[in-house]
Amino acid sequence: MKRVGIGGFGLTKFNKDEVSIESLMLSSIKSLFDNSTNLTQKDVDVVLTSTNDNSKYLANIMSELAGISPKISHSVESLCNSGANSVISAFSYIASGLADVALVVGAEKFDNPGLVLEWDMSRGQYKHPVYWSSMFTRAHMRKYGTTMEDLAIVSAKNHKNALENPHAYFDKEYSVEDVMKSKNITDDVRVLDCSFPCNGSAAVLLVSEEHIKKFTDCPVWLTGLGQKTISAGFTKNEDLTSMSSTKHAASAAYKMSKKEPKDIDVAEVHDAFSICEIIELEDLGFAEKGKGHQFVKTMYDTQNKKINPRGGLLGSGHPLGATGIAQVAEISQQLQNKAGKRQVEGAKVGLVQNMSAAATSSTVLIFES
Amino acid sequence: MNQFENELKNGKFVCSECPKCNKLVWPPSDFCNVCFGSVKWRQVSRNGKLVEFSKKDNTIFCIAEFENTIRIMGELETRSKIPSAGQDLELVKCNYADKEEFFFQLS
Repeated sequence: MKRVGIGGFGLTKFNKDEVSIESLMLSSIKSLFDNSTNLTQKDVDVVLTSTNDNSKYLANIMSELAGISPKISHSVESLCNSGANSVISAFSYIASGLADVALVVGAEKFDNPGLVLEWDMSRGQYKHPVYWSSMFTRAHMRKYGTTMEDLAIVSAKNHKNALENPHAYFDKEYSVEDVMKSKNITDDVRVLDCSFPCNGSAAVLLVSEEHIKKFTDCPVWLTGLGQKTISAGFTKNEDLTSMSSTKHAASAAYKMSKKEPKDIDVAEVHDAFSICEIIELEDLGFAEKGKGHQFVKTMYDTQNKKINPRGGLLGSGHPLGATGIAQVAEISQQLQNKAGKRQVEGAKVGLVQNMSAAATSSTVLIFES
Repeated sequence: MNQFENELKNGKFVCSECPKCNKLVWPPSDFCNVCFGSVKWRQVSRNGKLVEFSKKDNTIFCIAEFENTIRIMGELETRSKIPSAGQDLELVKCNYADKEEFFFQLS
């Protein structure tokens, strides 16, 4: 299997402007080309598009708009983990020898149809994600004593981190008290515990080891990959205090990269709601089960940016198809020591966790400098 | 519209069952997810248990489990009792308008 690295990235500011999905994608492709030394359209032999938008033939449309005639092009859709899954597809094409340079672009509009999984009849009349997150929250509070204040700290921490992210949707600091006082959507989830759907686009370039030096002097290697789907329906989650798919995906990624949780210097995790980060820190092995909130509090009190340095989904916004790719772009910058004020000192090993539809499916990626 | 939705419209909560594997196939489907054999449809017991709940405005919503297999979300009428996970409940009404709707009551 060929070694595969990240050869470049492109990002645009997340917002709520009225633009087409094609314009959004093209803006981050342009940013990728602007950022990447020596990259020309002729170098690219795979174009993958990640989105929940209903547009058809999008990878081919984007190829034409970007002046690329790829060998392989198609869309990847898996609700919220479309982005990290498209990175896995690109990795596979290169690792297998089918291709050498893959451009992966993800984008979403704020009103995209991927926010609610209409198919899931087990959710009855409660299909909006706020209902499953309320169930996770209530279960974790009951079993482990996690409090509403613990949840508020997750949101305050990630909004604070996002202040140093020029592409984040939010540019305002929210205190723990602000989150505590924000409007309750349910008894267990407040408006500032929720990530915001917004416009956004992100692109990354995956390149084989033989070709990567052409595009970057400091490649970041993708050394561990794991993906697991346990179901599509939310109520197949046996234990509401845990994300079984994340545990499986993490285990596969750790094994492949020969790394352990203690080796990870920096991570972007899928904080679609405050409770998600707490559960994920536990299931990724960073914190003991039931102690995720303590880990978050220590991060917040010591201004440690190890978890979600770009602000996560809570601080950056959540354009579904772009999120996983923006997470990869952040970890790449961190491991290249190019994250500016967000930089985690000396980061050499990074992790991305991207999940979808109440954690029925998860993707975990491990990167090394 | 499939059989599950049609029956819900008539207030009946049915599920697919594989006669060969002797198991409920949930979510409802035309074929068994183990042997791919054809399913039969039967009514689900209305007695279940409360798995988890929360509240929006004055409405309690919850996950209820039936026949130790089928978990669904719906609205919970507590009859002024304080709900707690694991309690018995029953399905009192179901419907299909533009989506599935389930209404439970603590026993």
